[in-house]
Amino acid sequence: MAETAARLKEAGWGLEGYNASARLYRVKSQSYPRLSAKIFHERDIPVQVSIGNYDLGICGSDWLEELMVKYPSSALMKVGSLVYGENALYMAVSPAQMIPTVEAVRERPGVVRIASEYPNLAERFAVNLRLRRFGVFPLWGAAEAYPPESADLALVCGTEDALAGCGLAPVSRVLTVSACLIANRNSWEAKDMKDIVASIYDKTAAKEEAEPEISRVSGRSPRKSKLFPPNGDGDTVRLALPDGHQQSPTFELLAKSGIGLDDYPSPTGNRRPATDLDGVAIKVIRPQDMPLQVASGNFDLAITGRDWLREHIYQFPTSPVKELLDLGSGRVKIVAVVSNDIPVADTADLIKFSAGRTAPLRVASEYINIADKYARDNHLGLYRVVPTWGATEAFLPGDADLLIENTETGRTIARHNLKIIDTLFESTACLIGTGRRVTNAVKRERIDAIIRALQTGVKLN
Amino acid sequence: MRTQRCKGTRDLSPAEMAVFRLIEGVFRDACLNWGYKEVRTPTLEYLHLFTSVGTLTPGMLGRVYSFLDWDGWSGERVVLRPDGTIPVARLYIDSLEKEKLAKLFYVANTFIFEATGEKTRERWQCGAELVGVSSPSADVELVMLVLEALKRLQIDGVKLKLSHAGLIRALLARLGLSSEEQAKVFDRILDGNIKELSELGLDRTELETLSALLGLKGKAPTFVKGLKALLAPDLAGLQPGIDDLVSVAQLLESLGADYQIDLASVRDFEYYTGAIFKIFKGRDKIGGGGRYDALIPLMGGRDTPASGIALYLDRLMGMVKPEALDKVKATRILVRARPEAAKEGFSLVARLHEAGYKAEFYLGAQAASGFDWTLDVQGKSPEFILTDRAKKKFEARTINEVLKLLKR
Repeated sequence: MAETAARLKEAGWGLEGYNASARLYRVKSQSYPRLSAKIFHERDIPVQVSIGNYDLGICGSDWLEELMVKYPSSALMKVGSLVYGENALYMAVSPAQMIPTVEAVRERPGVVRIASEYPNLAERFAVNLRLRRFGVFPLWGAAEAYPPESADLALVCGTEDALAGCGLAPVSRVLTVSACLIANRNSWEAKDMKDIVASIYDKTAAKEEAEPEISRVSGRSPRKSKLFPPNGDGDTVRLALPDGHQQSPTFELLAKSGIGLDDYPSPTGNRRPATDLDGVAIKVIRPQDMPLQVASGNFDLAITGRDWLREHIYQFPTSPVKELLDLGSGRVKIVAVVSNDIPVADTADLIKFSAGRTAPLRVASEYINIADKYARDNHLGLYRVVPTWGATEAFLPGDADLLIENTETGRTIARHNLKIIDTLFESTACLIGTGRRVTNAVKRERIDAIIRALQTGVKLN
Repeated sequence: MRTQRCKGTRDLSPAEMAVFRLIEGVFRDACLNWGYKEVRTPTLEYLHLFTSVGTLTPGMLGRVYSFLDWDGWSGERVVLRPDGTIPVARLYIDSLEKEKLAKLFYVANTFIFEATGEKTRERWQCGAELVGVSSPSADVELVMLVLEALKRLQIDGVKLKLSHAGLIRALLARLGLSSEEQAKVFDRILDGNIKELSELGLDRTELETLSALLGLKGKAPTFVKGLKALLAPDLAGLQPGIDDLVSVAQLLESLGADYQIDLASVRDFEYYTGAIFKIFKGRDKIGGGGRYDALIPLMGGRDTPASGIALYLDRLMGMVKPEALDKVKATRILVRARPEAAKEGFSLVARLHEAGYKAEFYLGAQAASGFDWTLDVQGKSPEFILTDRAKKKFEARTINEVLKLLKR
């Protein structure tokens, strides 16, 4: 963001309020009266530009390619590279796996598991490599923590040094990434945006980037870290703990439960903290990704939110993942939200509002399956779910008609001139596992011991 | 009014459905006459059946309809069948492998994304697969089968284009390309991007020879002569492919088929290993097929040779002449019953169906002009009055009398 802000300042756009502490998302240009802008999560930008909510956007070319590789006939076009924020997308492995080349990946028997925030690019990589069987885990983040136990390959953005720091080695450089200016093709043809584009896009400095093509990479020895058994056969219990703002409450709860942790939360970004519990291996990943990981058998237990468990169950109703224990903390409500500008007070109003329109009702949410179920259950008729990756409240009123959001106090919602029309359910942190019977007696006892300890901790909390 | 049909799909109207069923029926009869048995595979398959080397090209795989199923948490995707042959090969491996010779056919829809709007995204094909035989006769039998069906549909002026996957691969090897380069060039040819071959970093002579080879066209003797001219008299490594292609071509020619060898006419499917056929009427490609000896072992089955062919139903539908449909028309009768005689009316319709007539019960909306006969059920004497197209009236007291009158 800082680099983009500097670049736009240089271009003389005069965007006031575009900085890291921005609390409102709309900014107006002082220099170009026809230009107004909105701040989004980077990953949302290509989606918003392609559906025509915005004429221009600035984002990493990784997110542009992630959309274009799946939807080549979308209205999205790349205007040019902005030659900053340079990085690369690497397909990476852990050296412990002994698969140093793409050829070795192809020769591997069984299903090749690929973890990535870029599921479309990961799938294209697998198809072009002609992998016989593969499964892609779409992630919210922390892909670098997955190999070797939880995935065979991770498609990650960064530098070779950063990969080595995470204990990974690249097998293929999939894409060179830099910030780029993108446009909606229809707007590009219909509107004159030359002066705005020329102010930012310096042709002489532009470099064309490489095609997403498999290429070789130099070797560098990655950091070694302690691994845990990849399959559930042994007696080690594999526990997933959340990263981000859930770390402190989780740490406190574990402390009250008598479970000691070393290096969690980690100032260096270590995702494999040590514990004093015998026979328990811990990995720190995104809470959003945990239900899928537990369902796939990569973890035995995980601490996540009920919202993400529901999101998973709505997508995969036959999933074996279950809530084992309500941890009581991190209480939020999952709510349906509309702008104060529309005459809708409750769900019944919304149904009438939706029925009276010819355009589809746009439902923006991080919880696409919860949002889809809400729309289905309430017979919202012609609707579209717009996936978002954060700051969803910025989408109303212009870029969506309805949000499915989580809220603790409702204050953020009120500040953005929005109102809650329905509460779907309450969510708290919970311990999840599978309903499958654990055959190994030692492991079963260890899992039960963790649940008992956490029950004690919840009472003290 | 705004159309609500999904982009890239088509509806089949009653008139179109009649043509569809006619083609399907003719194809089924032809297959049954040649001793083929019908199978049906699911619309959903696992994506991995189609992703490994030797199945579909990357260009095709980039356009399949794949998604996570409701229990797809492992990340493994399912796909709406993008091709007819691979599912039948899977069915053979799953349940028919005991049979040394399996002659199978199907009428199925396939799904491939298409952005230009020139083709539909859901397509229908009539396919036949011959599993277990590797001789040129097997390939020729499949071609004769579809030519027979086309003849019965009164679609004439059909031309064949022949190519040979084994020969193309041997030529690429002969040019000294690495196995990786060979695969890339072959995929480009299959995806129809021959013009883009220059991007692959081949040297100029390689590229020129390759373009010349792919440009060779003609009957078997002309083709072989052209090959010799381009590659000097030495055809080492190419002979098996040439012999196979020439023997298929000569057998087809002796049977009166109109053909041309055109190496570059291959398209879309990576699984072909031997002779490849494209069937044209004018510029329209109406069918295609070929030999795929490596597919079944690649999918985990035993080493089993096979070949297959398919007609593209959507293309044929526009070519069937109305005369072809006339033959199957039966006498149509409209039964009009007074309200108090409804029971007799329905009984009469049922009896007429049993006797092989097309009879409809009058619902107040059908026009009598669409029927050969109108039959009024009076509920009083005379019970039945028949009216023919010329408005001539006949009376009958019983159903048997009605049937007798209709026979005259």
